[in-house]
Amino acid sequence: MGKLIIDQSRVTPEKADSLTGVCPFGAITYADGKLSISAACKMCKICTKKTGGVIRYEETERRAVDKSLWQGVTVYVDHRGGTIHRVTYELCGKARELAAVTGQPVYALIIGDKTEAIAHRLLRYGVDKVFVYDDPVFRGFRVEPYTAAFCDFIEKNRPSSVLIGATDLGRQLAPRVAARCRTGLTADCTSLEMKENTNLVQIRPAFGGNIMAQIVSAYTRPQFCTVRYKVFAEPEPGEEKGEIVSMTLPPEKALSAIELLSSEEKPKDVDISEADVIVAVGRGASGEKELAQAGELADLLGGVVACTRPLAENNLFDSKHQIGLSGRTVKPKFILCLGISGAVQFAAGMKGADEIVAVNMDRTAPIFDIADYTVVGDVQEILPRLIARIKEAKAHVQ
Amino acid sequence: MNILVCIKQVPGSGNVEVDPVTGTLKRSGVKSKMNPFDLYALEAALSLCEKEGGTVETLTMGPPQAKEIIIESVCMGAKRGFVLSDRAFAGADVLATAHTLSQGVKKCGTYDLIFCGKQTTDGDTAQVGAEMAEFLELPGVANVLSFDEVKSGSVTLKASLDGEVVRMTVKTPCVISMDRDVNMPRLPSYRVKKGITDDAVTFFSLQEMNDTDANHYGLLGSATQVERIFPPKHDKERRVVEGSAAEQTEAIFDLIRRKKLI
Repeated sequence: MGKLIIDQSRVTPEKADSLTGVCPFGAITYADGKLSISAACKMCKICTKKTGGVIRYEETERRAVDKSLWQGVTVYVDHRGGTIHRVTYELCGKARELAAVTGQPVYALIIGDKTEAIAHRLLRYGVDKVFVYDDPVFRGFRVEPYTAAFCDFIEKNRPSSVLIGATDLGRQLAPRVAARCRTGLTADCTSLEMKENTNLVQIRPAFGGNIMAQIVSAYTRPQFCTVRYKVFAEPEPGEEKGEIVSMTLPPEKALSAIELLSSEEKPKDVDISEADVIVAVGRGASGEKELAQAGELADLLGGVVACTRPLAENNLFDSKHQIGLSGRTVKPKFILCLGISGAVQFAAGMKGADEIVAVNMDRTAPIFDIADYTVVGDVQEILPRLIARIKEAKAHVQ
Repeated sequence: MNILVCIKQVPGSGNVEVDPVTGTLKRSGVKSKMNPFDLYALEAALSLCEKEGGTVETLTMGPPQAKEIIIESVCMGAKRGFVLSDRAFAGADVLATAHTLSQGVKKCGTYDLIFCGKQTTDGDTAQVGAEMAEFLELPGVANVLSFDEVKSGSVTLKASLDGEVVRMTVKTPCVISMDRDVNMPRLPSYRVKKGITDDAVTFFSLQEMNDTDANHYGLLGSATQVERIFPPKHDKERRVVEGSAAEQTEAIFDLIRRKKLI
């Protein structure tokens, strides 16, 4: 914590230009013989290193809360219609790891209506105590009663860290609760690590994922963070252990300005540009059989099917499914390119994918220049085998 | 119906890089623009006012040059706008930003609805709107898709929530975060731009806020501290998968399992 101090006595008109040029955000300005720092300042402190001492950084002391009063790692349980969102289990596994560092307990917090079965299921995931606010007032998500219950829990149990799934619900609830507690919240963490002093080290991508930022909330408690689904591994359930604690919120605290009228399943509109998993087919996989199999594989992986331009032009697909300069740009976590040669127009629409796997008979196909996995082989051989292998694995899990 | 729309100026391109040697941000000459997600909020507010009557005003926080996006919003149809600008606001995290905006909202006037975009393209947290609503002690709804009915004292709307579309009535005033792609934002009018006057933009600094304690703003008011920034690790391996069709299948399957796709 601190602020930037400018030594005006060392600022001369001759030096002004080089001084203002130091700031990557253009926050340093020179006018009327005075150097000043505008609100564009991002506190990157580059200026303290590159102005030869004209601008320096002064620490200001900041008092931290008594951290020993805040104990335990809490997981907020995201659930709907009796089903727990799997991100919750992933967070329970991570919470167990984090809590082991400081020897603190793991708590789960459930807010909802008719949640008994859910509470018992959580006890199989290494949670020491499940706190339950069960009341008809919590049927359907309304931000005020949920926030009130969450804050009631925090007040009574003082957890050190709180992990929340970055679902639509979690993204509305977490900031409310963190703001009411006047504490830090880090969104979409990709890595979490516990320090022995109970500081939670949170890492998240910044500036569109080009930079990673390591963040702590060193002065306040609890430390809130949200984590997206499938970032951490889901632990295997064990024996039911631990305790269920029933909590109640006074009715006057559960008031809401929101009246829920109805809800319906969102129609599943295929948007390949938002998809995390894509099975893409080109001319080398455009037979009736391969197209059906590509669809089946996409379903198994929870993804969508996309195609190259020739397939869209031959009306094998709607143009909404086409990748490339004349189609959509996609950025999935995983794309399997089947029988696609990889013309530049196609590659331009998908080379931002995290993991590119290409299957093609032609060893010289340009798609292999951008593929992470080069598979020179026959789609007709590999595709049915892959489907069978995934089905086998899924059957094994169940 | 008086609406305030919160908007933000963001870098024109997402290609910000870290210098791996010094660990600092690489300088980029890219121009700034209005956060694309805010355009949906602004369009929703403008079309609501066209139907129901009333005015739209805009609010931003940032350096003096952030007034460019206020002017852009006026060219799109807003009546006027406000810039919260003070060195004391710099280096703010979600908490301090939300506090600053909530103070700014109170300074700007009284509104029936306060609109936000879903998220920004630079901070990308999607949390400032909700924290601001908390500081304003107002109800809030995120991922709003459309408005069914607007009455004095309440709005009926549809919002997206984890695979469901929820219809609800919310008492006003309230904070609305619009979902993306819910409308087609209009283009700024060149004619309005030609006739724009100085009173279209009002600046507020720390001293003009209700809360003038600098410890609640900027870096000092932030609950989180960025310990360091670093370039992401690329743990990708490029490989050629040899062998029989069965072996190649197994290699792809392994990757699928490692990526947790099943």
